[in-house]
Amino acid sequence: MTAIDVNDNTLNPSTATTAAAAHHEEHEDYRLLGLMIFLASESLMFIGLFVSYLIYRGAAAAWPPEETEVELLLPAINTIILVSSSFVIHMGDVAIKKNNVKEMRAWYLGTILMGLIFLGGQVYEYLSLGYGLGTNVFSSCFYVMTGFHGLHVFVGVLLMLGVLWRSRRPGHYHATKHTGVEMTEIYWHFVDVIWIILFLLLYILTLF
Amino acid sequence: MTSAQLPLESPPATPPPSGHHNHPEKWEWYHYFLYNVDHKVIGIQYLVTAFFFYLVAGLMALFMRAELATPNPDVLDPNVYNTLLTNHGTMMIFFWVVPAAIGGFGNYLVPLMIGAKDMAFPNLNAIAFWLNPIAGIFIGISFYFGGAQAGWTSYPPLSLVTNNLGQSFWILTLITVGTSSILGALNFLVTIYKLKIPDMRWDELPLFCWAMVATSLLALFSTPVLAIGLILLFFDINFGTGFFRPEMGGDVVVYQHLFWFYSHPAVYLMILPIFGVMSEIVSTHSRKPIFGYKAIAYSSLAICLVGLVVWVHHMFTSGTPAWMRMFFSIATLIVAVPTGVKVFSWVATLWGGKIRLVTPLLFAVGLLAMFVFGGLSGVTLGTPAFDLHAHDTYYVVGHFHYVLFGGSVFGLYGAIYHWFPKITGHMYNETLGRIHFGLTFIGTNLTFLPMHNLGLAGMPRRVALYDPQFEDLNKLCTYGSMILGVSILPFLINMIWSWGWGEPAPRNPWRALTLEWQTTSPPAIENFDEDPIVWAGPYDYGIDTQSFEEEELSVDEMLAEVGQEMK
Repeated sequence: MTAIDVNDNTLNPSTATTAAAAHHEEHEDYRLLGLMIFLASESLMFIGLFVSYLIYRGAAAAWPPEETEVELLLPAINTIILVSSSFVIHMGDVAIKKNNVKEMRAWYLGTILMGLIFLGGQVYEYLSLGYGLGTNVFSSCFYVMTGFHGLHVFVGVLLMLGVLWRSRRPGHYHATKHTGVEMTEIYWHFVDVIWIILFLLLYILTLF
Repeated sequence: MTSAQLPLESPPATPPPSGHHNHPEKWEWYHYFLYNVDHKVIGIQYLVTAFFFYLVAGLMALFMRAELATPNPDVLDPNVYNTLLTNHGTMMIFFWVVPAAIGGFGNYLVPLMIGAKDMAFPNLNAIAFWLNPIAGIFIGISFYFGGAQAGWTSYPPLSLVTNNLGQSFWILTLITVGTSSILGALNFLVTIYKLKIPDMRWDELPLFCWAMVATSLLALFSTPVLAIGLILLFFDINFGTGFFRPEMGGDVVVYQHLFWFYSHPAVYLMILPIFGVMSEIVSTHSRKPIFGYKAIAYSSLAICLVGLVVWVHHMFTSGTPAWMRMFFSIATLIVAVPTGVKVFSWVATLWGGKIRLVTPLLFAVGLLAMFVFGGLSGVTLGTPAFDLHAHDTYYVVGHFHYVLFGGSVFGLYGAIYHWFPKITGHMYNETLGRIHFGLTFIGTNLTFLPMHNLGLAGMPRRVALYDPQFEDLNKLCTYGSMILGVSILPFLINMIWSWGWGEPAPRNPWRALTLEWQTTSPPAIENFDEDPIVWAGPYDYGIDTQSFEEEELSVDEMLAEVGQEMK
């Protein structure tokens, strides 16, 4: 019988739960590292899309080809919303570090609303454009790239809803234990950075 | 209550405590068919599932060889031939070598070798495994609709016009196994980085773990790019997009870039873990410290880095501009350097060792011969001037079967025999093992060696109908493939019989030094009934690591001593 077995056997229920919690604690930093590695991998998907897009652009005579022009005003507003939502979600992180769950929930709710407005704007843009997926290679790129990003925004909204759902239990997140909150925030920043590159490639670069 | 007085072979006598250790004392047979987070169960699940697909894909190959015994397509319908051709490659790569080497041995061995209880994310690990059966269902559906027929590379425009439904499910299959591979890679990196026992220095990490680090990095950075290429192909097939349709401004070569950015590193995914296995087997069974530990460890990382920038050598005939050919040709030839470092290190380890010629070492030495041969033909193919002639001929088929079958599959066989006592708790039958090796070695060479000649004579790959002048050599290949088919029988008998009724294995039948041999065979549920001790480096065979009688001299002191002797 090893020492570790003895300890586990003599645990009474109350210390068992703290041991389980301590066990949980020690895995905290793994999850952050895991998420970072996952996002590094995920970014390669977008890089693959970006590079393909640039190859198509380099080979085309006119970019975007005629009749598949993009509008600028709505996406610009959308960009401002998404970029500022990154600051809003960070305020949530600041709040939870001060152990203020209520404030954190408010900031997260705000971020969710901004994400939904972004998605709504995206759908409105799709509906108002006069071309579809199969018009030419630019329109294919446009819809697949923004759609793929939109999917990531949607997942981000789901993650934030998950944080809201879990934080309804008092003590689930507190000043020293809030990895779920932190991971959601990091993911949201990632989605934000991807959008900035997308915006440059699809909207700004087509102006020149 | 000191651990030194423990009877080593008895399991922990106490029932498992409640709390977060919610598992029985020992896994029953049905646990292996259910969702389970134990890395050892997952490793065995991977190995057995992968082996099932290996048998299926091997059967496909036998049917193809039967068809190729005569120049005319008489055994199989040409469409069926194309389906078999595509799925033989797909399944051998994505359902056998990758899951068996990375998922199977990676999962089973990495936590044991670093002295951990489990992987960093056990649930993620189980999810990654269960994606594989789901992918198996997808490829089954693909078969139901006639299967993908555009080759395992699925280049457009061919993949856009042949059997769209089968092709679409083939794409879903690959994306599913790709996701599994990414989740697994992430888990390995975090596990090795965070869960290595503190006693173990980085330069005491077993070389298999170093190989898994390199493999995981490659999988993380290349798999997503394949996924995006396949997603675009999926959209082109089903939603009318124009990524690979030139009439809409698309470009088929973009697919080739996205595809090979993953699929060239994929060959390193399939061989790097095997290189790790080689280092373990060769050193253990020659009873000598591995030659050039650091060289082997770092050359894995070098292969990983350089391997990411060589993919265009598959596309020398795709209208690739001259500067690109030159760059990628040079990069390709550079990969031969770290690979050569490993090969020479293993040979130097074998040299003058107390060689124990058991089945794992037989397969390791067989691998060495076959892989060097395949590597050399790879060097010739990396040269554009030669590749332009040999591209898409049987020379290429011969080449990659030497590295994939002679390399990866030999390594997998070696690994199965080497760790069989640890995994099952029983010894395998040595005689059957040797018969298996002999048949496999003869069969492999007989099947794949003539293919080089066929290719140089101009026989194109991927065809059911060929010119009658190639018939004799093709017959030889077919006979070889039959020997390979038969060679699986002694292996299967050996595995099943030994698992059930073999002689019980002690903790450390090979007297090996890596940590997995310090626990029981098979290991207890949380791996070590007592904490493992790093009392020697992983390859310190024949070195007395316990006594430090001789004082350590610095280089200057040694030089001074030598200088005095000279006087």
